[in-house]
Amino acid sequence: MADQHFDGIKIRHLYKIFGPNASAHVEAVRNGLSKAELNEKFGHVLGLKDINIEMPSGCVQVIMGLSGSGKSTLIRHINRLIDPTAGEVLVNGVDVVKMNELELREFRRQQTAMVFQKFALLPHRNVLDNTLYGLEVQGVERSKAVDVAMRWIERVGLKGFESKYPNQLSGGMQQRVGLARALANDAPVLLMDEAYSALDPLIRTDMQSVLLDLQKEIRKTIVFITHDLDEALRLGDQIAILRDGEVIQQGNSQDIVLRPADDYVANFVKEVNRGRVVQVEAVMVPPWAGLSPTCMTIPAGTTIEDAMRVIAKGPDGDVAVVGPGGEPIGVVNLRQLAGAMVNSHGAVSQHDGSVARAL
Amino acid sequence: MEWFYEFPSMNDDSLRTLKKAIDEGFRTFTRAYGDAIEGFFSPLQHFLIAAERFMTQTPWPIITLIILAIAWGASRSWKIVLGCLVTLLAIGYFDMWDDTMRTISMIFVCTILSIAVGIPIGILMSRSDRLQRLVNPALDVMQTMPSFVYLIPVVMLLGIGKVPGLIAVVIYAIPPMIRLTDLGIRLVDKDVLEAAEAFGSSSWQKLKNVQLPLALPTIMAGINQTIMMALAMVVIASMIGVQGLGQPVLKAIANQYFTLGIFNGLAIVGIAIIFDRVSQAYGQRLQKHREVVHG
Ligand SMILES: Nc1ncnc2c1ncn2[C@@H]1O[C@H](COP(=O)(O)OP(=O)(O)O)[C@@H](O)[C@H]1O
Ligand SMILES: [Mg+2]
Repeated sequence: MADQHFDGIKIRHLYKIFGPNASAHVEAVRNGLSKAELNEKFGHVLGLKDINIEMPSGCVQVIMGLSGSGKSTLIRHINRLIDPTAGEVLVNGVDVVKMNELELREFRRQQTAMVFQKFALLPHRNVLDNTLYGLEVQGVERSKAVDVAMRWIERVGLKGFESKYPNQLSGGMQQRVGLARALANDAPVLLMDEAYSALDPLIRTDMQSVLLDLQKEIRKTIVFITHDLDEALRLGDQIAILRDGEVIQQGNSQDIVLRPADDYVANFVKEVNRGRVVQVEAVMVPPWAGLSPTCMTIPAGTTIEDAMRVIAKGPDGDVAVVGPGGEPIGVVNLRQLAGAMVNSHGAVSQHDGSVARAL
Repeated sequence: MEWFYEFPSMNDDSLRTLKKAIDEGFRTFTRAYGDAIEGFFSPLQHFLIAAERFMTQTPWPIITLIILAIAWGASRSWKIVLGCLVTLLAIGYFDMWDDTMRTISMIFVCTILSIAVGIPIGILMSRSDRLQRLVNPALDVMQTMPSFVYLIPVVMLLGIGKVPGLIAVVIYAIPPMIRLTDLGIRLVDKDVLEAAEAFGSSSWQKLKNVQLPLALPTIMAGINQTIMMALAMVVIASMIGVQGLGQPVLKAIANQYFTLGIFNGLAIVGIAIIFDRVSQAYGQRLQKHREVVHG
């Protein structure tokens, strides 16, 4: 069901102002009233400002930003747990903002599922009954709901724990239940609000793998919120970065790491393991005439780390980077790769001099 | 300067006319609607009589077994069951069985009525701050007003008997039921409630699947308090014709029968402890999986 004619999510000119008289201030915010001014002069909090994001069907859209930047507010607009002050949220072409109460409930039951930072499981229900909650709410027959739920419980690795209660499980296992509960709904949209932020680093990586594995087969439109860049880069097909309720950069992982839009993003990017993100295209130099590379080649799209692993095993010298058809499109050597890993300027200035300024 | 030393009160005549007018008004109201109100409460009367008949006419070993079974089912504790047995045997041995059964049946009906009325009011209150602001002072009045005072209008309306006694007890005992239902629902974890919302629960589904189950331990504490307060009213209720352990106590006060008073008083304490331990143990058992744990 998830992939048939699903048109993705489009957020257009979305504004959210918290306060008793929010709509009166939208115009002023549109004309440039800042968050601080709005708070000072009118006592209202600017939650989101002119958000425009297109999330294609079947992709993982990551929303990243520091705490308080409006991530939770944004994701709650997609299933309208929060009402916007202005703007449109189109899910599969339908504006969520215009739905009446019944339509909204039906929409939440059929089109979306959500995973929460604090798990938000029903403490008085065991794993099985938590997992089938969405189906129960939809009115699905109990025996059928149990079948579906059991399948997902097994799929997230909790087989044998069906009759345990949430407080008998570790955080990682509880969040597996949260994931199973969301997946059992079989909705095309999966909303994950810092779903892994409360987990230990090892378990978190584990859960990321679970999600990536699942996504290969379920192909849902996933909105994933995190404040962790490594997580964002690992999961996101697209990444949007929020600050103070505004989107300051959108793009894929290469865009974010190689061309951070400003100091805020650059700061995020500084600590990242570039070798795992940056691809050889960003480092290579064009092939020159009379070049005699070693017999090894590296396909385009390889990360620097993987490329180094290949090159380190072979003889010294230049290695060709080849396109999909096997034609050489560039040349790298070990020194360039190593330079790109430790020194951001090296990698960037060859590729795009204009960005060096930002770093 | 007289007004300085003597509070400038309403003059005696006007005050008398005022009180008379209010009394007269209420009496007219009683005459006009007394029968209708009595009719309205007659199902309660039947319920009360049926409960009492069951408790007093069933042979004592069967009642004892039923009470022990309930105690076991609720608490799963042999200690509590044993305590119940000893208390009941002692009560029977000192010849207070019938009165005790009458009191228990009265408390039972009171509790059922308080739950049936209190929980819905508590639910409504939890949904509206305005209603909460309205109901809270009323509950304060119900709890602080000396119970003798509201016995007067109840007796004027319904006369002496079981039903007015029941109503007086419920008025006194229902506030914790309402308050703790309201509190329990308001304290339900916002994250869990939001999750239910995100999965498209209707408000009935939220109430049934999330709010009531998570509030249940708090509601159980309310039931426990309601039972305790109802027991505290037993003696006062016996003044308007409720039979049970209260009446011998009343008689003992009037005639200075020290031992009669002590025995019946101890019997009230005994069943209070039974009710308290059993309902608390049940509440604790409910609590087992209900706390939300993160991480
Ligand atoms: N109900 C609300 N009323 C007022 N301000 C709010 C409300 N909810 C969120 N905010 C404000 O909106 C901003 C974004 O919050 P949030 O979306 O929770 O951030 P994040 O999830 O990125 O940490 C914060 O400044 C927060 O104080
Ligand atoms: Mg948040």
